[in-house]
Parts: sequence; structure tokens; C-alpha cells
Amino acid sequence: MPDTFEKVAIQLRVNGKSHSLTVEPRMLLVELLREALDLTGTHVGCDTTYCGACTVILNGAAVKSCTVFAVQADGSEIVTVEGLEKDGKLHPIQQAFGDSFGLQCGYCTPGLMLSTLQLLSKNPTPSEKDVRKAIAGNTCRCTGYQSIFKAIQLAAQNSKGA
Amino acid sequence: MYPRPFHYHRASSLREAATMLSQLGENARFLAGGQSLIPLMKLRFSNPSHLVDLSFVPGSAYIEEESGALHFGALTRHGEIENSATAAMIPVLHDCAAGIADVQVRNRGTIGGSLAEADPSGDWATVLLTQDTELRCLGPKGERTVPLRDFITDAYTTVLDHDELIREVIVKIPPKGSAGAYLAFKRSAPVYPTASAAVQLTLDDGACKDAVIALGCVGLTAVRAKDSEDALRGREIGDKAIAAAMEAARTAADPQPDMRGSAEYKRMLVAALVKRAIQIAMRRARGEQVEVGHIYA
Repeated sequence: MPDTFEKVAIQLRVNGKSHSLTVEPRMLLVELLREALDLTGTHVGCDTTYCGACTVILNGAAVKSCTVFAVQADGSEIVTVEGLEKDGKLHPIQQAFGDSFGLQCGYCTPGLMLSTLQLLSKNPTPSEKDVRKAIAGNTCRCTGYQSIFKAIQLAAQNSKGA
Repeated sequence: MYPRPFHYHRASSLREAATMLSQLGENARFLAGGQSLIPLMKLRFSNPSHLVDLSFVPGSAYIEEESGALHFGALTRHGEIENSATAAMIPVLHDCAAGIADVQVRNRGTIGGSLAEADPSGDWATVLLTQDTELRCLGPKGERTVPLRDFITDAYTTVLDHDELIREVIVKIPPKGSAGAYLAFKRSAPVYPTASAAVQLTLDDGACKDAVIALGCVGLTAVRAKDSEDALRGREIGDKAIAAAMEAARTAADPQPDMRGSAEYKRMLVAALVKRAIQIAMRRARGEQVEVGHIYA
């Protein structure tokens, strides 16, 4: 008889909204977000913990959601790219990425913006080195990073007092 | 990519986790931060039938100073160590924690998980081999303390029993005049280093009273470069002594050629890292504050 693998009931808040779900233990957080909650702004790039396209904020910390089981996020508070905009107004980080041309194809952009969110929430006035270190886990194959770097500096300036 | 299906269990204490693993048998594994285990499971290199999740165990992540030593709960994440003023009392620990992979991985990966994984390219074992480090290990039968030098026996192999885990990592605070440095060379942030070197020097009136040197990623485990240590111990550390320590490090290294470089390249690299780490450790031992990070290609 084939082994049966019990599903696990979990609760979590995503972008301020509570969800109760029953998931297979092997379901990855990124798949929960994309498949179960239809939040497809979180991307799967390499699926090997390298590229950071799947970065989300879990309890205030940026994580690669392809390398977290959904069951491990039980009881947590998650922010995805869909949670940045408020009342139809872009978040200062989103605005800065647009204004500074900090994206081309856009695939890595949600992850980069969430890495930026963690950086600025802990360090509102980052040095050049702080910025480079904060996005070392996010790969972009289009921009060469310089415009992303400028976007993050602009976001830091625009977020002051926000 | 999905791992093979598995049964998921959540432990409420580390002792309960050990008992669960014992009862669930050989195909059960502990899950700590998951930053090595989950990728291995997705690639189906590791196919456990049961995972016992430690990350919900209360009180398993902490950094405390107690009687001249720093105590780290096994589930303490690299990022917590990176940002801890207590951990910064031993600067070489900050060198290590702040350079492991990238922000996202440091936010999940744990010091206990890294040591128990015993990846030959891992950072913590190399650094902690140069410190007075003990591991408190816990199994269903009770607790034992293992010095780190006796803990890792081979690549991905430790003295831990199947149902035994690390509960706490204890690192003695070095005395005044003793300081270390850790340098790792990486091609990019998320990857493992190509080579790494940790040096701990104890100076007495400018002369080297003691030296401990460990090399990472250039053998099946972190390697103690004892001949490099002998090249420094009891001498004034000048160009000649450093050159001898570098040459001995080249010989002590036994790297595998891979996509990160040839064996000869890695020997040269590790010798250069030893030189730089000696120079930084000397400055620190004299009381200077020196910031060190992993070096990117």
C-alpha cells in the first residue's frame, strides 16, 4: 500500500490578509504564494537558492521563498511585491525603481524591491557598501546593476521621514 | 522542483525532537534553517521520509556571554550573529557570519545546522577550529560535550548519532593580545567560497606566542595547517615567517579541482588568504579595529 502523507493545516498573514490553508509538507513557500494565493508577482528564477527572484519578507526578514517550506511559514507575517502598493499609490521603492530605470525585463525586480525593503527598514541611510551587500543575493541579467543601485539610493532619499 | 513527499513533524523541545528522530528511524532527519537540506531535497540528493522541524522550538536561538565564553543556541541564524554586539566580542565570528552566502540565506541558515551538515566548503567549522570551541550535543540518552576538533570526521560526517543534535555552540573569548581573522574568497555572494583561511594569533611583546591556522574548502574537512602555525610560533612575524607559513599552507591544502578552479590555483589562493589573515590578525591583536569581509572575485 502506498504511504500516505498527511497534509498540514497552517495559518499565515500575507500582505495583511489572513489565510488558513492545508498544505502538503513538501510545498514550498513560493508555490503557496503563486499557486494557492495567486500572488504571481513573486517569481521563480533558478529554484536553487541562488538568484533571489523569489525573495519575500518573512517576519521582517528577506528570505528566498523557494528554500522555505510553506509549513515553516506557519504563524508568520509575509510581505510580497503585491503588498508594497498602498491605496493605488506606488511604494517609494517601486517609484524609485521606475524613476531610475532600475529594471529592464522585470523578472528580478520584485525580489530586488523586497531586499531593498528589508535594507531600508533596518538602515534608512545605507552607505554604498551597505546597498551592494544588501542586494548581493539578487541576480539581474539585464541591467548591470548600476541603475538598480541608483534606484535604491533614490528610494532611501525619498523614504526619509516616510 | 518538488522534493519527494515526506511526513512533517514539529518538535516543541530539542529533547522531544531527538526522541522523535529515534522513533522515526533511519529515514528521518532534523530540519533547522533548511538552507542546505531543502536544496538537497529538491535535487533529490537527499530523500528523507520524515522531517522533524526544530525551528519552532522555543528558546533554541540565543547569544549569551557567560563565564568568559559566548554561548550560541544551535538555531541561532547567521544574520543574528552578524548583527549581534555580543557576538562581536570575538570579531572573527563577525567576519564569518557577515560573509556567509547572502542576506536571505543568512536570515534562515543556522550555526548548529551548518556545523552538523559538515559541508567541506562551510564557513563555521573553519573559523571555529581556530577558537576554543565546544559543542553541547543532545540525544535521547542525554547530553554530551564534544570539542569541535573531534566533531567533524569526514566530508558531511560528524560524530553525531542519527538521533543526536547540537544544542549549543560554546566559544571561549580569547585573552587580551590574542586575535583572529577569517577570509573567504568567493566568485559571487550566494556560492560557497573557493577557499578560506582562519588565523588566530597570540602576541607577546611583538613576538608570536601562539598561532592557530585552519583552511577551508581545500580538503574533505577544514584542515588545521600545523606546519604553518609552527612557522610563526615563537618568532617575530615578518616577511620571512609569513612566507614560510604560506608555503606550509600550500602543502597542507589538498583541494579538489572543480568549476571553482584547479587544485594548484586553490593552493595558491589559500596561501594568499593565510598571508592576509595573518596581517589582519596581527593588527587586531595590537588593538586595532579592522573590518573584514568575504572577498568577491
